[in-house]
Amino acid sequence: MDARKPTLSLGPVLYLWDGPKWRDFYCRIADEAPVSHVVIGETVCSKRLHFTEPFLVDAIDRLESAGKQVILSTLALVTLERESHYVRALVADSPYVVEANDLSALALLEGRAHAVGPLVNVYNAATARLLARRGATSICLPPELPASSIDAIVSQTPGIAFEVLAFGRMPLAISARCAHARAKGHIKDNCQFVCGEDPDGLPVKTLDRQSFLALNGVQTVSFTCQALLTELHELAFQGVQRFRLSPQDCDMVAVARLYEDVMAGRMDAEDALQRLRQAYPAAPLSNGFHHGREGAAWIARARNIAHGAT
Amino acid sequence: MELICPAGTPAAFREAADAGADAVYCGFRDETNARNFPGLNFSREELGEAIAYARRRDTKTFVALNTFMRAGHEELWYQAAADAVRVGADALILADFGLMAHVAETYPEQRLHVSVQASVSNPDAVNFLVEAFGAKRVVLPRTLTIADIARLARQVRCEIEVFAFGGLCVMAEGRCSLSSYATGKSPNMNGVCSPPSHVRYREDGGDLVSELGAYTINRFPREEAAGYPTLCKGRFDIADARGYAFEDPASLDVMGEIDALREAGVCALKIEGRQRGKAYVGEVVATLRKALDARPEDRPALLARLRLLSEGQRTTCGAYEKRWR
Amino acid sequence: MEFPRPLAAPLALLPIPIVEGAVKLMFSSLMKRHPKLFDRLGEHRAKRYAFRPTDLPLVFLVEPARPAITLMRRQANPPADALVEGSLFRLLTLLEGRSDADALFFARSLTVTGDMEAMLALRNALDGSEIDLPRDLGAAAGPFAPLFSRAAAAIRRRALAGENAAWN
Repeated sequence: MDARKPTLSLGPVLYLWDGPKWRDFYCRIADEAPVSHVVIGETVCSKRLHFTEPFLVDAIDRLESAGKQVILSTLALVTLERESHYVRALVADSPYVVEANDLSALALLEGRAHAVGPLVNVYNAATARLLARRGATSICLPPELPASSIDAIVSQTPGIAFEVLAFGRMPLAISARCAHARAKGHIKDNCQFVCGEDPDGLPVKTLDRQSFLALNGVQTVSFTCQALLTELHELAFQGVQRFRLSPQDCDMVAVARLYEDVMAGRMDAEDALQRLRQAYPAAPLSNGFHHGREGAAWIARARNIAHGAT
Repeated sequence: MELICPAGTPAAFREAADAGADAVYCGFRDETNARNFPGLNFSREELGEAIAYARRRDTKTFVALNTFMRAGHEELWYQAAADAVRVGADALILADFGLMAHVAETYPEQRLHVSVQASVSNPDAVNFLVEAFGAKRVVLPRTLTIADIARLARQVRCEIEVFAFGGLCVMAEGRCSLSSYATGKSPNMNGVCSPPSHVRYREDGGDLVSELGAYTINRFPREEAAGYPTLCKGRFDIADARGYAFEDPASLDVMGEIDALREAGVCALKIEGRQRGKAYVGEVVATLRKALDARPEDRPALLARLRLLSEGQRTTCGAYEKRWR
Repeated sequence: MEFPRPLAAPLALLPIPIVEGAVKLMFSSLMKRHPKLFDRLGEHRAKRYAFRPTDLPLVFLVEPARPAITLMRRQANPPADALVEGSLFRLLTLLEGRSDADALFFARSLTVTGDMEAMLALRNALDGSEIDLPRDLGAAAGPFAPLFSRAAAAIRRRALAGENAAWN
């Protein structure tokens, strides 16, 4: 087994939660969740920044005192002048590691240690090595990547801590247009922050009432929830160093503990899956991308449970 | 402003060149480009012939290698770049940093354009690619207003190309996994969006139902214009409302804004549609050529014709117009 | 736009073997002129494609692998992997790539069912082939060659006269 024992990280809250709820969430994570890294800060929509800004310093303090490594997130889509200014200021002033989620942050972070988020297109080792040369120290790979790509990239890119999304609805797309506001009869410029009404995303169903996607402001996420649990040991063996949990509106401390238990060998992955379904009943689980299939698919791994047990 | 025209086959290429394209863009018949549809695109030999044909008409040829290299199989993209350079491509249109770095290093003289798939939406990002890889031109994503483009153009040191007509991505290009979520095939990895291998049409009580993978994407009553089941142009239910959640089945058409785009600093207008037939390419290129050269007041009549060729027979200005957001 | 009646009528009335003989002759003439026609199909070469004109009681079945064309009476489920339906006139314009299949489809003038990938491959193969019906079929011998040549010329005249704008 690889000597480096992987840890858990918490991705940024992608949804618009009201300020106090957001603060309480991070307090509890600081106190109770077995995660080593916490990525924090608005990622989806610059219009939401003022909701969490008043609580950001306190949340970071609390996380740091609890021994968590704090990483500041950046915006996924930067088109407006004020968005450019925000990212520039954040990169210039941050005493913490910054995670690039678009090319502007990536450009500005050159020459200093930084993280690369799952919304930057890293599909191969050539790209990962290029980012490493520019100063990236960790890369959270895009959720779309199959296991074969993860293996190839990790094995050919020394010196980078790779991270894989192991829990949460998958970010699938981002747009200049706000489908969430549109669904509630508004346009983006006068959205009235209606995305705040759906702290776990607004479900999109097909005309045949199949659950399909969820809206999160200008972002579209999967309806299903990525759940890599039976895959954790294999990924760790391949050298993945962190497993990212993306916050959903559920007991994330319980979720983190389940993953921790599986990583430590205290709980069987199949048991953990059952408990995960109870901890987050809102969405069916999926792992299709990882297995080279459609992302919404759930590939049961009964035949592979024997990994490490035979 | 240059008119950059699509070609999915040599026949469409000649059609575009003859109809007045300043440059034609195309790709190889494999996953190295984002229009990897069956029966489409060019062999090495066909590309060589097409480039020779274009040269005789003073038309340029851009080769799109705008998917992201599949880990462990980078050689396919490197070889495609080598072949495109060898047969004389005037520019390579790239999206993957790893491939950009390879091309910039191996063929320093080769003109490099940044594909829309790279999702470069602000001056910092553009300047990064100019400095890091010597990019000469960026194709901007369809997420910017004309005012955004003008502001960006003032802050960058490279040419700007924008989409002016054709299919419209609602999502930021190169950052969308909707297709692979439903089918396992994505624009970034496989060069296809909503791939035909997963498309099914069925009749249901007089309606035409379109499906992608396991999902119903739309349902068209008999008298309604139909659309291809592209995920982001589907009809869905959100809470109690039914409708086009992301975008109606419509095509982009900003030819009415030619002058504004020119003033914004745009140097090239791109027509989408390598997957469309040569009849479409010929008609659209000829019409837009005329429109570009026409007086502003004569343009609307020229452009009205093209609506009939569009998805849902409707067009939109998309993100170029602020209220679209 | 309907297929001109005087041209369609004999096709509907004649015994199938006679029409089929003429169609086969034209098909082989086309294949001679465009030997690479089906190269673009790749893996879809082995598929069978049915064309069902809405204005004729017939189905044309094309098998690129052989390559061969057969004619049968109109039926609900022809033995094919992919089926395209539309007026004969539209089907012939598609053959020439003079009209845009996507536009026709969006306008509901064509219906496609079955293996969409195969059908798209064939569409692209035809589109890339530069078939010219009056020229290609004018060369064909046989009793119906003039008939089809005339039909083809009619298509060409209309297409070039700018009736494309009325594709919807």
